[in-house]
Amino acid sequence: MSTYIATRREFLKIMSHAGAVLAIGIGPAGSLLAGPRKLSLADGDAAETELNTFILITPDNKITIFNPRPEMGQGTWQSMPALIAEELGVTFDQIDIRITSGDRRYGTQSVGGSGSVRFSWLPLRKVGAAAREMLIKAAAKRWNAAEADCYTEKAKVMHRPSGKSFSFGELVADAAALEVPKEPKLKDPKDFTIIGKAIPRPDVPSKVNGKAVFGLDVKVPGMLYATIQRCPVIHGKVVRFNEAEVAAMPGVKAVFKTERKMPHKAVDAVAVVATTYWAALKARQVLQIEWDNAGYENISTEQYFAECRAKAAQDGNSYPDVVGDVKSGFARAAKVLDAQYETPFTAHAPIEPMCATVAVSGNKAEVWAPVQGTTDTIHEVSEYLGIPRENVTMHNVFMGGSFGRKGYLDFVLEAAAVSKNVQAPVKLIWTREDDLGNGPYRPGMLNVVKGGLDAAGNLIAWEHKIIGASIKHQVFKEDTSKVADDWASETIDQATSPYVIPNRRQAFNLNDTPIPIVWWRSVYSSTNAFAQESFVDEMAHAAGKDPMDFRLEMLKNEPRWTTLLQFLAEKSDYRAQRRAGKAVGIAIAHSFGSTAAYAVTVSKKDMGVVIEKIVGVIDCGQYVNPDTVKAQTEGNAVMALSAALKPAITFAGGEAQESNFHQFNLLRLDETPPIEIHIIENRENPGGVGEPGFPPLTPALCNAIFLATGKRVRKLPFDLGNPG
Amino acid sequence: MAKYTISVNGQQHTVEADPDTPLLWVVRDYIGLTGTKYGCGMSQCGACTVHLNDQPIRSCVTPISSIRKTAKITTIEGLSANTDHAVQQAWISEQVPQCGYCQSGIVMSAAALLRQKPAPTDADIDLALSGHLCRCGTYPRIRKAVHKAAKMMNDK
Repeated sequence: MSTYIATRREFLKIMSHAGAVLAIGIGPAGSLLAGPRKLSLADGDAAETELNTFILITPDNKITIFNPRPEMGQGTWQSMPALIAEELGVTFDQIDIRITSGDRRYGTQSVGGSGSVRFSWLPLRKVGAAAREMLIKAAAKRWNAAEADCYTEKAKVMHRPSGKSFSFGELVADAAALEVPKEPKLKDPKDFTIIGKAIPRPDVPSKVNGKAVFGLDVKVPGMLYATIQRCPVIHGKVVRFNEAEVAAMPGVKAVFKTERKMPHKAVDAVAVVATTYWAALKARQVLQIEWDNAGYENISTEQYFAECRAKAAQDGNSYPDVVGDVKSGFARAAKVLDAQYETPFTAHAPIEPMCATVAVSGNKAEVWAPVQGTTDTIHEVSEYLGIPRENVTMHNVFMGGSFGRKGYLDFVLEAAAVSKNVQAPVKLIWTREDDLGNGPYRPGMLNVVKGGLDAAGNLIAWEHKIIGASIKHQVFKEDTSKVADDWASETIDQATSPYVIPNRRQAFNLNDTPIPIVWWRSVYSSTNAFAQESFVDEMAHAAGKDPMDFRLEMLKNEPRWTTLLQFLAEKSDYRAQRRAGKAVGIAIAHSFGSTAAYAVTVSKKDMGVVIEKIVGVIDCGQYVNPDTVKAQTEGNAVMALSAALKPAITFAGGEAQESNFHQFNLLRLDETPPIEIHIIENRENPGGVGEPGFPPLTPALCNAIFLATGKRVRKLPFDLGNPG
Repeated sequence: MAKYTISVNGQQHTVEADPDTPLLWVVRDYIGLTGTKYGCGMSQCGACTVHLNDQPIRSCVTPISSIRKTAKITTIEGLSANTDHAVQQAWISEQVPQCGYCQSGIVMSAAALLRQKPAPTDADIDLALSGHLCRCGTYPRIRKAVHKAAKMMNDK
């Protein structure tokens, strides 16, 4: 089995050498594969009606399945082929997996919003089922048998009464001539042998022996290496630089002014191109640039948060799901509490920094890059270079982590600009300092919350206002100054937070920033849930009620939430631990189609706490691979701990103050507590998995800390040794 | 520029490079072994870990000029012939990697740990592997996999 990445040229080669192939697709793919919340930067995927080719079967029974969803660690290299293989009737050791190269016939080829399984669940199963029906039809005809007596298994069509069989390869020429069934019959989930099973991920061996090809590992003939110096003061302009001196450095091929094209803004930069990456980096060390920083030298996160706090008393723009009337609710309340929760700017910091290899030649471009969107990259590169879309060839490669970052394609366009300038293939690699110093970042947010209890301790009024920068506003230039940003309300709006409170209002208040921002794992849910679930806890304590019971009372009409919390209580031994005086904090949140909850147990130590154990439960409906669900949730817990306990990104004087991992340190192995993840088993529609495990972790931890120490954490990051 | 002869995975390579060129870029860009990764360039993340005479080192801060001709360098590609080192097998069995980018370095450090301590405690694992960063958060599985690899080696 290979985890080889096919190029478009190689794909065509396979096609031409294959003889008869079965090319099964779905249509219209664009509509079937698209998700409700598009996280790509451009709509490059208009509805397509052509058939897509996801399965190739050759006469000698070689089977290739094309994976349309780029792999960044979330497991699409297994989950996408699994959807097809399950219905087709092949096992993982019988298939080669290749990534699609952006051909429009495959529909959307991007990942984001924890959407891969959710949005491919039916379309890709139909692809496999259609192929199965065609192969069965071809076999039944040869045997002169009833199709109902035939089934597929391990790349063969079997005839049940006689025990005869044909390999798929023997049937492919006949099957390919048949009409593709539009509504093939899908398997009953009880008959699944691949979906729902912990099948090892086929990309894993290549990731422990050095063979996996990431963006950093691309090598093409005649390739040069580039590094780019961007202004330390974000958005500064180049006045002049010592071009001659840098050009004379060993190995240097070119030094020139270039740009960093972000979706909302292009900013100046200087590129150094050399024969090796080290030569480029050394030449960059002698590069001296005079910058014009006028207008940018006062940008600071301190000022940004001061502006947010200044807006705390404002109403902001209401989300449409207002319930009752909060003003009269608060007026009737026996007890009213309010609080402000602050979450910082932070960086994605995938361990593979941004990198891309681009070869621009005349009006053509070839791109090798680790990106979340294959089709988006083709679209953006063609727009940026002003060349036809068909002239851009794209090879997606494994991402060495992304967390949203590699869906922002500034680094690919930078490489394109540099390659165009030198008219040679160029590999651009950002340094870690480039990464942490330039963003884009998760926006810093201020959450202002207010709650009112009646005399019986029932929550009768609730207001949650989020104040801060809007990704839609900056990245997509949508005006969110007068209306609530509808991307920002997940985990706190009625649709995703079903607590029954008779008077309830959520609002968004824009505080714009010149600091580049973008989605970061779980986006606003990562900050919203911290405020909501911490403050629900504050209200529970103010009401003198157990935080679990307080939540259950407000979730009586939500069987899935109730089941989840009760399951969490059982798995974490919540009741017994609490009775024994243990500090166990809980929190629950719904994002990206799934609900997750944690119980975090801490013990008091000196001024702070130590985390003893984390127990998590996720309800993601039907899933493809339970081990991937657990891995993603473990990873979310670790990333959330990192964001809560480790340094953030701060700006002063227009510059990011954290330059590398010695300052922007991440959670390490010795700081990771035991983590135990459980999955709720049901037959509900698939939910997301890559992000929902993030939002509830931090509030669960902080709720435990309150119980252990009486200190309420309202600002991230904080010190476990001395919280609050 | 100067000529350096180094032994990587049992093979001699002669490269012409600046004396301060980090071993990382020599193995990747000159020799073509790309399993060793860049993550920070300042010995903070461990993605570039290789063995120098069986000891784990950070190749991003190791200049080529500091490597003796007699030294034995092993990269992830040279750890085993068929991905059958106990650490690799345990990593596959526990499904440790997510994106996988940082894992070459961690596998190399884990292999070096087990060579020194065939039955490492959790504290030994902390000490040997906390110099590595994994943004995907595979730490809980890494710990399990090291214990499993130790058991596999000791059962042999």
